[in-house]
Order: sequence, then structure tokens, then C-alpha cells
Amino acid sequence: MQASLDLLFTVAFWGAALRIATPLIFGVAGAVLCERAGVLNLGIEGIMTAGAMTGWLAVHFGAGLWGGVLVAALTGAGLGLLLAGLTVKLGLSQHVSGLAVTLLATSASYFGYRLALPAAASPPRIEPFRPLDLPVLSDLPILGPILFQQTALTLLAIAAILGLGLFLARTPLGLAVRAVGENPAAVEAQGIDVHALRIGAVVAGSALMALGGAFLTLSAFNAFFFEMVAGRGWICIALTVFAGWRPAKALLGAVLFGAFDAFQVRLQQASGGLVPGQVFLMLPYLLSIAALLIGARHASAPKALMRPYIRGER
Amino acid sequence: MIRLEPRGVPSRGLALAVPVAAALAALALAAVPLLLAGAPLGRAYAAMAEGALGSRFALTEVLTRATPLILTGLAAAVAFRARLYNIGAEGQLYVGALAAVAVGAGTLDWPTPLLVPAVLGAGALAGAAMMVGPALARVTLGADEVVTTLLLNFVVLLLVQMMIEGPMKDPMSMGWPQSEPLIDAATLPRLVEKTRLHAGLLVALAAAGLLHGLMARTVAGFAIRAVGEAPAAARFAGLPVGGTLVAVGALSGALAGLAGAGEVAGVKGFLAADLSPGYGYAGIVVAMLAGLSPLGTVAAALFVAAVFVGADSMSRVVNVSSYIANLIVALSLIAVLVAGVLTRYRLRYARRPAAGA
Amino acid sequence: MRRPAAPDDAVAEVPHAIALELRGITKRFGPLLANDGIDLTLHRGEILAMLGENGAGKTTLMNILFGHYTADAGTVRVADAAGRLVPLPPGRPRAALAAGIGMVHQHFTLAEALSGLDNITLGTEPLWRLRRRTDEARDRLERLMTRAGLAVDLDVPVGSLTVGERQRVEILKALYRDARVLILDEPTAVLTPAESDGLFAVLRALAAQGLAIAFISHKLGEVVAGSDRVAVLRAGRKVAERATAGADRADLAALMVGRAVAPVRRAARAPGPEVLALEGVSVTGPDLRSRLDRADLVVRAGEIVGVAGVAGNGQAALARLLFGLARPAAGTVRLQGRTVNRFDPRDVVRAGIGRIPEDRHHEGAVGAMSVAENVAIEGIRGPFQRFGCLRRRRMAARALDAIEAYGIRCPGPDAPIRLLSGGNMQKVIIARALDGDPALIVAAQPTRGLDVGAVAEIHRRLLDASGRGAGIVLISEDLDEVFALSDRIAVMARARLSAALPADTLDRTRLGLMMAGQAAELGPTPVRERRPA
Repeated sequence: MQASLDLLFTVAFWGAALRIATPLIFGVAGAVLCERAGVLNLGIEGIMTAGAMTGWLAVHFGAGLWGGVLVAALTGAGLGLLLAGLTVKLGLSQHVSGLAVTLLATSASYFGYRLALPAAASPPRIEPFRPLDLPVLSDLPILGPILFQQTALTLLAIAAILGLGLFLARTPLGLAVRAVGENPAAVEAQGIDVHALRIGAVVAGSALMALGGAFLTLSAFNAFFFEMVAGRGWICIALTVFAGWRPAKALLGAVLFGAFDAFQVRLQQASGGLVPGQVFLMLPYLLSIAALLIGARHASAPKALMRPYIRGER
Repeated sequence: MIRLEPRGVPSRGLALAVPVAAALAALALAAVPLLLAGAPLGRAYAAMAEGALGSRFALTEVLTRATPLILTGLAAAVAFRARLYNIGAEGQLYVGALAAVAVGAGTLDWPTPLLVPAVLGAGALAGAAMMVGPALARVTLGADEVVTTLLLNFVVLLLVQMMIEGPMKDPMSMGWPQSEPLIDAATLPRLVEKTRLHAGLLVALAAAGLLHGLMARTVAGFAIRAVGEAPAAARFAGLPVGGTLVAVGALSGALAGLAGAGEVAGVKGFLAADLSPGYGYAGIVVAMLAGLSPLGTVAAALFVAAVFVGADSMSRVVNVSSYIANLIVALSLIAVLVAGVLTRYRLRYARRPAAGA
Repeated sequence: MRRPAAPDDAVAEVPHAIALELRGITKRFGPLLANDGIDLTLHRGEILAMLGENGAGKTTLMNILFGHYTADAGTVRVADAAGRLVPLPPGRPRAALAAGIGMVHQHFTLAEALSGLDNITLGTEPLWRLRRRTDEARDRLERLMTRAGLAVDLDVPVGSLTVGERQRVEILKALYRDARVLILDEPTAVLTPAESDGLFAVLRALAAQGLAIAFISHKLGEVVAGSDRVAVLRAGRKVAERATAGADRADLAALMVGRAVAPVRRAARAPGPEVLALEGVSVTGPDLRSRLDRADLVVRAGEIVGVAGVAGNGQAALARLLFGLARPAAGTVRLQGRTVNRFDPRDVVRAGIGRIPEDRHHEGAVGAMSVAENVAIEGIRGPFQRFGCLRRRRMAARALDAIEAYGIRCPGPDAPIRLLSGGNMQKVIIARALDGDPALIVAAQPTRGLDVGAVAEIHRRLLDASGRGAGIVLISEDLDEVFALSDRIAVMARARLSAALPADTLDRTRLGLMMAGQAAELGPTPVRERRPA
């Protein structure tokens, strides 16, 4: 036990935690953006799957790693546009529409993968993002290995969520996004198009989510597997509630979650098979449920979350 | 510019036309992925129809697949009526199956007329227990049940793997992770010899009929509808909102658990991690296609089952991935959502006002 | 949308030049003709009152002006900065804002979690700018607040401000955008009489600085006191327009309603035995509106006790307590002499309380369910079931009775109640509340938003019920209603309930002061009521 606690103070452990957290950081950033604008995006699981698949496929067919990232983001944006059409324009149930997008994106990804590679017995691999080797920064003690020897996507994720925080707090557009999640009528009364704003937020948020998926194929596993997203999208939705819809807290929550997951893996190795492996694999999901239950007590949810806005109706 | 204008009461004909139009639209949209795959459309659709409806065996296969879909569809329909979004039918189905194995694999040595109801009852109870927690968390803490039930699906699947690789593992399975089989007395009788069609279908149909009666004719159904439509008004009128939601959660979970027990006792005879090809999630599509009506659920389940069975043979004939079935089902959900807008709103085309300075 | 800030020389060079002109505005909603060929002109530096009953078409007209709706016919022209009249593109709030029209809606359009500064500057900067210029905005707002006499804390969440302060934020929103035309929809509905006086003083000052102001109201008193000119709307048409000076109140009232108004006034009668008694009852809650602080109240049979007050002062807590939706943290509640221990809507109904909720759409009715189901809902576990099954025939018969007795206009008992007009929906709720002759009736804002005919009908029903011996608690923000119906009147202010005093010993001024929570300084502390021997 002492050995496993000592682990918490090693650089390698926190490096792993941040790596595990990366797709969650992208996902939770996207979820926070959508929900602050008043739209619950339950398409997230499917959007991450689609981003993982298309990003990987693009790289596999020679688009280059950053080309893959771009393709994934565009895929996410397209699916976001579909979800926004259903929930913002048509005002349909955000719960059901989100699930519909997840089902569609997931099945289309699997179909598309089989279409592109009909005969692949074992999933082909690509050359993934390499850990960075930045002058000075990567050689810093402690911070160097944890932060600057990650792949570029991890740094992009951290930049994205911190940038989102600044965007919401400091810019006129960020203010409009926060306002539309609280009271769309206030936004319309100030001459801003409610639907355009919400659609924009959902499209951008979905693109971020898709990058979380792309991290899995372009940086973590180097290949696309079925069911590889494995509930990470739903975990992000729970983390969003846990973080009280605040980007900085969401980053912290994702990293803590990553740390817990890394710890759980080490614990599993240390347990030497006495406890079935599945017990450890369950822990992240149970932890997410616990986080949701704790977070649900906050009253800080955007007031207009899940309320469609139709002009002239109250 | 297209504008939406609220309609009065949608006509009955429109209410029926919407799901049919949505199903047809989904089938038509499937042409896009088929063309991308280079499949000849005519042959593909013909193979699909042939595979689903072309023979007695095909028809029994559709009915067999429809059986769990009716039950998971009902699970979603009753919960969604109360605006309790139970997305955990997949997990509840698997715990139902676990409970069925626990009771039916030799633990109880009862005769069939007692053992089969015990097996099904255990499945239903386990499913109900599984959904009570998320419903309580929603009622007391306001925790979104969609997220809790979705996350629990992963937990349950891991639990199933753990059980069939561990305590429940069949020693005769030559290393395959699967449970011990049910004893003969615990299995559901076949309805048609030499097919997979089993008495579970009758159970599912009876459940649909009972649920229809419950929703239309009883105080409980009245409360479910009122709580779903306007919780504040239901509370004001003295209906137990929280209690209704928890009870609906239990009922919904029980129906999904029953589906799992039925698959074990009727089709497979044992539990493996591939027991359900996503019946829980497809149940949501079934319920939405049915407009959350219990009787409509039967028709919608038949459609979705026919898509699954038909797509299987189509994928063999024209050599496309069988994921085309999931794609069609997902498309029909989106189609029915969009079409549903037309029953509540009238589309009005208005010229965009001339843009001034 | 963005103009160089030049607030101090934006004052009219041409006094009383036209600022806004409406010609032949017509708007239909299905069969309803909401606006019928309305012509209206608004000048700089004047205050125009638009007088009309609920449903007269005032709010529709304002929404057309602001671009929320598009008119079916007619034109709107607005003076630009140079005073030229230019057509306003229809259907675009942004165009209205750019043309210098500012609007203060009856239901404020504020994001409550955001600060006043955020709400005011929202949408006033180019959205793609990288950083908000809050310092400049704050400086300009400070100057505006001084000039207009509107002080408000800009940095706390708007949700924590009082209603009057929120209204100031709304006015500042318009001024910050250099509005040349300011329109206010029922601006005094949520204010105390003193706050209303303050508002009109501000409006006067703004008009003197050259702003063109129009406000919508159905209260004659403030129209006469606060405007230069008055336009009367009835059933979608403008029926009169005159200078306020010299206009006759009775004349205006008759124009507004379309016939001579005979005020309902109940006959005095001897009250019967006590039906409801509150003794030191407190309800705890997170904010003022959901709190009740040591309330004492006695209501006797055949008596109507009005509870007046500014919205959000705890009336909701009192209503929810009597509806069975909130339980007291302290004190005792007695109903017909028996202490009430169970606070649950179902028990309260069974104990003989008829309830009319404040929000009929949200709490009063399940919109998707039928008229019959809504009539039966409170007794669904009682007389309308047998062995857990619904007695559909009994429900339909009951609904038909109600439809006939109350003159409810609807397609039939099976029609979804959401298709009914507000007045007819309210009649369904009242039919349900009065079913079985309850000993006590609790009515919260029973006529809010209804037209004259429906109001009169509902008042008649309440008076009839009290005539049959029911005690009635009438919680209302409409002072006219409270005075017209009540035998005794109590006032809620800051979660405290004053003693209920006989209506004929009170006047508006006294009541207004009590509503502002200043009663204690102004008169002897009222003696606590004694129950009749």
C-alpha cells in the first residue's frame, strides 16, 4: 500500500494521468461550451467515435497527422450542425436528439471503417504523434516530463480549455454565450441572433469533442477499434456537472480523473490478480456517477439549459 | 424563410403517417451508404426484403428478434412518457439475464410451470432494482438519469464479464467466457419447431397489452402522463411526483430485465457478453417510432427487427458491412424526430422581409 | 448598432419633431385580429400612454415595433439621427435597436446570473473583439446614471437586485445604446406606488432631455398622472387619442372597456365562524419570495380577506403554504378549528380548501391533457376511480357540467386544455376549485392577464362562493381587485403579513406605504385581531 501511495509523487505517474486525461479535457471543454450556451450535447459519445475514426482514416490514407486532426474537427463540426438543427432550430428534446446523433455517428463510423478497410483482419496502425522535445521547456525539472514531453495534442487540449475559460470570461462573444445559456430572451433583446449563437457554440463544442476522439487514434492507440471510446463521452458529461460548468474546474476534474484512472491501473498490477480486473475497470464509471451525484447538488447549472428558444413563445 | 407555427390537435391519420414516413425515409436514406459501398441498389433492397419477409423461417426470425425489442421498447416508452429518460435498458437487460442464469442454471429444481415464471420474474426484479437507483438519484438530487444509466451500462457489462469468467463460468465451455446453461425445465418452450421462435413473444405481447391498459385506463397511467407532461401541475393537484417517477423507473427496468431473461431462457440458453446486439439502445428507437404508445411499440419493434434480419442477408448478398442495419435504425430515429415536428407545427414559407439598411 | 457616443448633444434641435410613426399596422394570429390598422405618432420630448385592457393589442403592437413579430400590413418609420424619417425593416430586433428604439418588456429580459454591467453591454461591442472594454463602458454608464438619476449597483448579479433596480438596468440598457425612443410595457406592474412615482419622475427627466417615450398601461391613474398624450386601444383598434390634460377619467375608462364600467362591490355581511387561522406561522426559503415570517391571520366564513403587496414579498410562500406545497417551520395552522398537521396538496384538498394557483399554465393545468382530465385531476384518486381504474364516464359528465355552468368555451371535454384561451382555462381551474363547496378558497392572482369579461366572471364566482359561506384568501398584486372584493385587507411586505384591516378604513396611499414596508413609522401598530367569541 505504501508503495502505491509513493507512486502519487512520481513524475511518470502524473505524466500518465495527463495523457489519460487528454481526451476527457477535449470532451469536457466541448461539453462546457455547448451547455453554457444552453444545449446538452449527448451526441458526444458518437462524435468522439466519429472523430477517432475519420481522423485516423485521414492519416491512414496519407493526410498527415495534422490533416487528420483537421478532418476529425470537421467531422465533429458537421455532427454538431446536425444536433444543433434538431435541438436549436426544431426545438426537439435534447436528450433524445443527442442519443440519435450518438447512434448515427457510431454506426456510421463503424460502417465507414468497414467500407474503407473491408478486409482488415487486425486493425492497421499509423505513425502517431511523438512526445514533444522542446528546447528548455522539456528539460525543466518535474514540469518538463509531466507537461512538455507529452504529444502536441495534450498541450492543445490544455490550451483549448484554458482558452475557453478566457473566451467566456473576457470576450464579447463569450459574454453572449453565457447570456444565451441563462436567458435567450435577454440576448435577443440586445439584437443578437439566439439561434446563430447556439448553433455556433454546438458546432464548435462538437469539434472539440471530436478532437478528444482523434487523440485516442492519433496519439494513444495508433489504430481504430470498435467501442474504443468506451463511455468517455458520458464521463465528460458527468465531469461537466461536477465542475459546475467552469472550464478551469473542468480541467482540474479531468486531470484528477486521469490520475485516478492511472492509479487504478497501477493498483490492478499490484493486486496480482487477486481481485478480478473488471472491478478496477468499473471504478472510472462508478467514480463518474459519484462525481455527478456530488455535482448535482450545485445550483449553478445554466438556467436555460435544455430549454429550446422559439421566438415569441415564453 | 421557413417558420414553424403551432398546430392544434394533430389528426389521427397524421399521427400514424409520421412513423411510417420516417421508416420509409430511413430506408431510402440507406441508399447513400449503399451507393458509397458500390452496392447495386435494386439487388440490395430485394435481398433485404427477401431476407426479412421472404420465407417462413425469415418471418419467425423477425418475430424472434422483435421479442426483446418489444420489451425494451416498452421499457423506453413507459419511462419517456413520464419524462424519465431511462437509457439504461441495455444494462438492465444484462442484469436480468444474470438473474435468470442465477435462478435457472440448476439452483432451483422446480418443474417448468413454476421455474419459467421464477426465471422471468428474477430477471424483471433485477432489472427493476437496477433502475430504482438512478430514478431515486434524479428525484432526490436532480442527477440526470441519462448520464447515470448510460454509465451504469458499462458497469453492468463489466460485471457480466466478471461473472462469466469467474463464479458463473461454464466449466464445459472450453475456455469461452460464457455462463453455465439453464436446465431444461427453465427454458421457454418453442412456438414453432426447428426455429428460434419461443414463448417469450407471447410474454412481450401480453406486456404490451397490459401496459396499454395501464396507460389508458388506470389512475397509475393517468399519474404517469400528468407527471411527464407537467410535473408542477401534477404536484399541485396532489399526485405523488417522486413516487411516480421511481415506480415508473422500476417498471421500465423490469421490462428491460424481462427482455434479458427471455433471451437467455428462450434463445441462447446461457449468458455470454454478446447476448444483446444493442437491443437496449434500439428499444429507444422503437419507442420513439411508436410515438411512445405501447401497442405501437409492437409494430415498431417488428419494423426494427425486420431491418436487422433483412440487413443481415443483404450484407451477405451485396457484401456490405452489417452495420448498415444500425445505420438504418439510427436514421429512422432522426427521421421520426424531424417528422414529429410536422405533427406539432405547420411549416410556413414566408418571404424573408426585404433587407433594409 | 454602434455609434460614436455623443449622448450630451443628442438632444433634439427641433422640439417635438416626430420620432416614430406607425401607419396602418395590422396583425392577425389565426382568427384573431390583434392589431387592426393602427396609426400612431410619437414626438420627441413627449410621453405617450397607450391605454387598453388585456388583449387590446398593446403588447402585439410593441412586439411588431421591436421586431419580435412581423406585421401583416402597415409601415413603421423612425427618425434617424438627423431627424429624417426612414422605414424600419420589419421582423428584426437588431434593426429596431440600430434605429434607436429601446424597449423595456413587462417580463424583464435580463440574464439573472450575470451582472448589470454584463447585461447592459451585451451585444454592444463587435462580437469578435478579443477583449471587452469594460472600463470605458463603466465610465459611460456612471455618467448616464448621474444624468438620468438612475443609480444601480452594476457589479452584482442582476438576480440579487430588487425588481425596481432591475427595471433601472433595463432602462439603462436602452440609454446605453443611445435610444431616441423608449417603450415600456406595463412598467408599474411590479412596482410599489412610491417606486412608480420615482419611475415617472425619471421618465419626465428623460423626456425633457429629448427622448420620445411611450408606455403601455391599463391603469387609468398612472396614465393620467404620467403622460402628455394618451392613445386608447380596444380589441386591436385605436379608438381614441387625446391630450392627457383635460381628459376625463370616466370617459377614458369607458373608451377602454367599450361600455360604462360598473365596478363590482360586495355587500357587507356579518362574518361567520373562523375557517382559517394562522398563528405565528413561518415558512423558510432561500429568498424573500419563498419566505413567510411569523404570520397571523384569521379568515371567517363568508369573508374575503385580500392580501396585497408588491410581487416577491412572500405572497408566494403564503399561497404555497395554503396550497399544501410548503410546510411551516414554526407556528400553527387551523382549518375550521382543527390543527393541520399534514401539508400535502392531496390532504389540503380533502380538508376542504379550493385552490387557484398563480401560474395557471405551469401549475394549474396539464396542457397536453384534456379538459375532462384537468377537471378531475384533484379527485383522480378519489371519486373518479374504482379499483385503480379511471371512471371515464363520470369524468366526462363532470366536465360537461363545468363547461355548461361556467360557460367555458372549448371544442369539448376531450380537447387538450392547452387549446383554450387563458380566461377559459382559468374557468376550468375555478370550476375544479369550487367543486364540492370548499370551506376555504385560496386564490392567487386569479385574474392576471385576463380580459375584462373573464375578470368580471371570475369576480362574480368568487363573490358567489363567499355568499354561500366560503372564506376566501385573495392574494393579488392588483390593488383595484383587492379593494373591489375584500372585506378586510392585509399587506405582505418583506415576508411579514400585516394585520388585516377593514377595507373601508384603508385607502391607496396608506396601502402603498404599507406595501413599501413603512407602515410602522406611519401609524399606531395595529392591534392583533381577536377571534369572535
